[in-house]
Amino acid sequence: MSMVSVVFRRELASFFATPVAYVFVTIFLVMSGVFAFFIGNLYERGQADLLPFFNFHPWLYLFLVPAIAMRSWSEERKSGTIELLMTLPISTFEALLGKFLAAWSVLGLSLILTFPMWLTVNYLGDPDNGIIIAAYLGSWLMAGAFLAIGMCMSALTKNQVIAFILAVVVCFLFVVSGSGIVLDAFKGWAPSLVIDTIASFSFLTHFESLAKGVIALNDVGYFLILMGTWLYASLLIIEQKKAD
Amino acid sequence: MISVKNLTKCFGDMVAVDGLSFDIRPGEVVGFLGPNGAGKSTTMKMLTGFLAPSEGEIRIADRAMQDGSRVIRQHIGYLPEGAPAYGDMTTYQFLRFIAQVRGLKGRDSERRIEEVVAQVELAEVLNKPIENLSKGFKRRVGLAQAILHDPDILILDEPTDGLDPNQKHQVRRLIQNLAKDKIVIVSTHILEEVTAVCNRVMIIAEGKLLFDNTPEALLQKSRYYRAVTLHMSYSADISGLAEIDGVDDMEVDQKTGRVTLFPHDNTEILHLVTEHIQLRKLPVDTLFVEQGRLDEVFREITQRETAK
Ligand SMILES: Nc1ncnc2c1ncn2[C@@H]1O[C@H](COP(=O)(O)OP(=O)(O)OP(=O)(O)O)[C@@H](O)[C@H]1O
Ligand SMILES: [Mg+2]
Repeated sequence: MSMVSVVFRRELASFFATPVAYVFVTIFLVMSGVFAFFIGNLYERGQADLLPFFNFHPWLYLFLVPAIAMRSWSEERKSGTIELLMTLPISTFEALLGKFLAAWSVLGLSLILTFPMWLTVNYLGDPDNGIIIAAYLGSWLMAGAFLAIGMCMSALTKNQVIAFILAVVVCFLFVVSGSGIVLDAFKGWAPSLVIDTIASFSFLTHFESLAKGVIALNDVGYFLILMGTWLYASLLIIEQKKAD
Repeated sequence: MISVKNLTKCFGDMVAVDGLSFDIRPGEVVGFLGPNGAGKSTTMKMLTGFLAPSEGEIRIADRAMQDGSRVIRQHIGYLPEGAPAYGDMTTYQFLRFIAQVRGLKGRDSERRIEEVVAQVELAEVLNKPIENLSKGFKRRVGLAQAILHDPDILILDEPTDGLDPNQKHQVRRLIQNLAKDKIVIVSTHILEEVTAVCNRVMIIAEGKLLFDNTPEALLQKSRYYRAVTLHMSYSADISGLAEIDGVDDMEVDQKTGRVTLFPHDNTEILHLVTEHIQLRKLPVDTLFVEQGRLDEVFREITQRETAK
């Protein structure tokens, strides 16, 4: 366990030593604000909640999370530091977990720094803060699932640009599989079981209720299982491809 | 103790390492020699557990690599080829990170970092990001990282590549000064390095072990081993030199005018030659015994293999 924390601290320091973390947090704050106020009409709706803010999170994460995940393994392999890391007495799993938790913390920090949004609705009205906290947790969970996919794609290739594009594509599939357009395309000819299955893979479907503050076991479980699966896949890929 | 049996590594249908077997005991400083692409780095990657062998077995400190790799890794200090390090960290941060991974704590950690920084002279770049360091300094950071926990087994892939002559000397001294009960494996393209620091030489070409003996034995394979070279201030009759008992052959270098006498069976011929010179009153102004020419032996051993 202590090795996880050593890797975690190194990775976190590296996010802040390079401008990655600052750029990420800034862009996240600006974009989420723009989306919530100008497109989501947070203000004009006249309701004291943060629903328009959270509704845009899947779309924000779609591009921002792959950007923060793409370097995690690609860079190690490109610069050869993976050879150093893997010959130190650290297991692949510990390295993986340390890296994941570090990036996930940066995502968490970005979310926490949106607190002025929360202050605003509290100033203007009387929102249910329990719902808001639940939605924040839900959003962070979803970000973790995006991150696990991004890191797995980063383990696949030495090239960060390819890792980014792959991650966006895979994440996109997971996001849209529950949207009306995709489901409509299947309606009419596919059995409802298939449609339900496709919809049940969607980030949108599972995040919808979380954003409304309903913490259901199956939604939380969905994101946790997704994270676990993609991280496990990364583990296998790294073991397989580390020396290529 | 390192024990390797029938170690083989294939990349696709390319055989990079082909059935290596050897034992290395504490106290041995082994030099890995071989042409580019011979399989030196690949062998080292398997010894450190980074690559899994396609075939064969590695045992280190009485454990098989595949079961005890984590324990084994604690015994090993490794400088990978090209000395990779995290560029965004400063030298000090990087060494701190390695110390934490190696389980060094508090005062111990600080003391070890100080010692190592002094040993490889890193003080002036301690607070510079590694990505801004020159090639030689990067290599030294890699070296510092490898010796930080004072490992029993030190595996260094081209440790002196890119170092200035002073630093090369420093690194060789460092290797010589390591405690006498350690195992050191260094790969290098500098042949003299092997006679300077190693007590065992392995030559690898196309993945096969072609020579495994002391540096002295390698020198003895040279035609020039114990040969006597002389130069005369003006031309004189040298035909008698070739007739000396114990001299097999004589060669005259047209350009420098130097005469080299090759001994029969690596025997000492210096005293015979000087006797002859005194007898004939030859005008010799330079006279020395050759050490054996490594580059020649190296070429002979490795090209014999590649010619096949
Ligand atoms: N990951 C890999 N995939 C495919 N081939 C590889 C891989 N790594 C090494 N090789 C091949 O294996 C052979 C041995 O390479 P290796 O790096 O061990 O040589 P070396 O003896 O260290 O050479 P050098 O003196 O140039 O460092 C080379 O032909 C190389 O192309
Ligand atoms: Mg090499």
